[in-house]
Amino acid sequence: MDLYAIIFYLFAVITLGSATIVVFSKNVVYSAFALLFALFGVAGLYVLLMADFLAITQLLVYVGGILVLVLFGVMLTTKVFDVQMKTKTIQMVPAVAILGLLSGTIVGVFWSTDWYISENPIDVAKTAPQIGNMLLTTYLLPFEIASVVLLVALIGAAMIARRERKG
Amino acid sequence: MDILIASTKIAVVLAAMLTSVVFLVLVERRMSAFIQNRIGPNRVGPYGLLQSVADVVKLLMKEDIVPAKANKPLHDLAPIISIAVAMTTFAVIPFGNAIELFGTTIKLQIADVNIGILYILAITSLGVYGLTLAGWSSNNKYSLLGGLRSSAQMISYELSMGLAIIGVILMAGTLRLDVIVEKQTEYLLGWLPAWNIFLQPVAFITFFIAAFAETNRLPFDLPEAEPELVGGFHTEYTGLKFGLFFLAEYMNMITASAIVVTLFLGGWHLPYADMLGLSGFALSILQVLTFCGKIVLVLLFFIAIRWTLPRFRYDQLMSLGWKVMLPLTLANALVTALILLAF
Amino acid sequence: MLDNYIPIFLMIAVGVLFGIIMVKLNEWLGPKRPSEEKLTTYESGMEPVRTARERFSVKFYLVAVLFILFDIEVVFLYPWAVSFKSLGWLGFVTMTVFVVILFLGFVYVWRKGALEWD
Repeated sequence: MDLYAIIFYLFAVITLGSATIVVFSKNVVYSAFALLFALFGVAGLYVLLMADFLAITQLLVYVGGILVLVLFGVMLTTKVFDVQMKTKTIQMVPAVAILGLLSGTIVGVFWSTDWYISENPIDVAKTAPQIGNMLLTTYLLPFEIASVVLLVALIGAAMIARRERKG
Repeated sequence: MDILIASTKIAVVLAAMLTSVVFLVLVERRMSAFIQNRIGPNRVGPYGLLQSVADVVKLLMKEDIVPAKANKPLHDLAPIISIAVAMTTFAVIPFGNAIELFGTTIKLQIADVNIGILYILAITSLGVYGLTLAGWSSNNKYSLLGGLRSSAQMISYELSMGLAIIGVILMAGTLRLDVIVEKQTEYLLGWLPAWNIFLQPVAFITFFIAAFAETNRLPFDLPEAEPELVGGFHTEYTGLKFGLFFLAEYMNMITASAIVVTLFLGGWHLPYADMLGLSGFALSILQVLTFCGKIVLVLLFFIAIRWTLPRFRYDQLMSLGWKVMLPLTLANALVTALILLAF
Repeated sequence: MLDNYIPIFLMIAVGVLFGIIMVKLNEWLGPKRPSEEKLTTYESGMEPVRTARERFSVKFYLVAVLFILFDIEVVFLYPWAVSFKSLGWLGFVTMTVFVVILFLGFVYVWRKGALEWD
């Protein structure tokens, strides 16, 4: 096993382990903090895939932003901390059916896809400039639409502020 | 072999940082004493030089008190996150030009990555969690408020920081920190070093202010504002766990100074040093010393500010971050691009 | 490429280990004399009223929302900033459009008082 494999498995274990805690923990705040390590592990995996810009974006946006939001959201909810969440097993049959269907699809896609493996390694020095070039030429329209989507979200955020003022 | 070199670099940098913190704390205490017309610690060792060492030993021997209502695992995890983040940020900063040693050229930078400048931003953004976690796990209102304030403050100023950096990236056309420093070794008009502080003054000032906010230093130390929050997020911490937060704060200060030096003050560049006619090795050493010297100057400025300015109110802090710094840095980025394209 | 990141992984490992060792060392070296009074929240100060885990201002949540939105904008700016010379005026104009659209949102949020902290 070479160093690459060791690092890969390390990040894989971090990601999956924390993801398990996210799902199975009975304390919401534990789940939220475990998500931190899951997202961090994914960023590490991106680095191993030579997508360093993506890894950094993952850290900046997901870990640095969205997770803070999730934490605030969890903390905003009263009395959620010491409440033991009960996860009862209900609706056994449909759940199993949906689970089988979903995982079957994923496994099917996984096996049937002809995975493309690049012959020559990517020029990593150029990932960021390449993304910039693509965004502002080939994918210009989605890029500008993204700004409109963000604008809509901003207007939505302003609504929260207004409601706060009245109350 | 590469791993060996990398490990040596890591060991040297971390050892240097830990030793610097020991002296930095002392310098800060002596300087504050001077500013406030006191004497300051001067008993332990000559000139009080060993005061911080004594403090570390004291903290190490203290009882680790975890309040009964606190959450023990998270209470332990918080200082670990803080210190790990503080120790890793320095990884991409070039502390000197390449050096010739035993026939091999060694780059004086721990990790030479393409997205260096963004790495710093990303790792810094992880720092929020140490404080938030500490605040929440303590189960104390002051701690929780401190933790919340720190997260809101840090994310707000992270934006200005990120936007200020864009000015620098536009100048250099790259995210690599070593290239950013190299670009600054040129001369403007034939005599003025092309440091970004001269080319990007707006970015420099806003970045510096944001650096204060990110390191939770006065006048931005709202997360631990003593008069209102007792000790803020670390109210319920004792012993070395408190010590780790303290250590992390000072390490962050050193790293922040190093980033300011790298991005705006020419990094290891000593103007006109190549005219001294030094050999390659001596020149490299001189450059490393220049880098350290610049950091010390920035640090002294950090300390002087802390003991001179009063603390912001929280609403002032937020409006400065959102209403002044954000539009200013955004405008700076666009204007810089406009000028660079026009000429 | 991965070689460049191994020192970083190494450094993260060193940082985490350092933290763990220090915390454990302190636990091991320090005395352990807990008492009921000592373990109360905010031990030497006034008695805390109710729990700390209560609701707090929605403002913090709003700041986080605004942060994410602008953070995404900033992340879009980086790739442009690296390659803006080759993109030239066209790139500049499209980027300006992008920024201006978001700035309109910013002005709206400001006018609606979402940036006031009161």
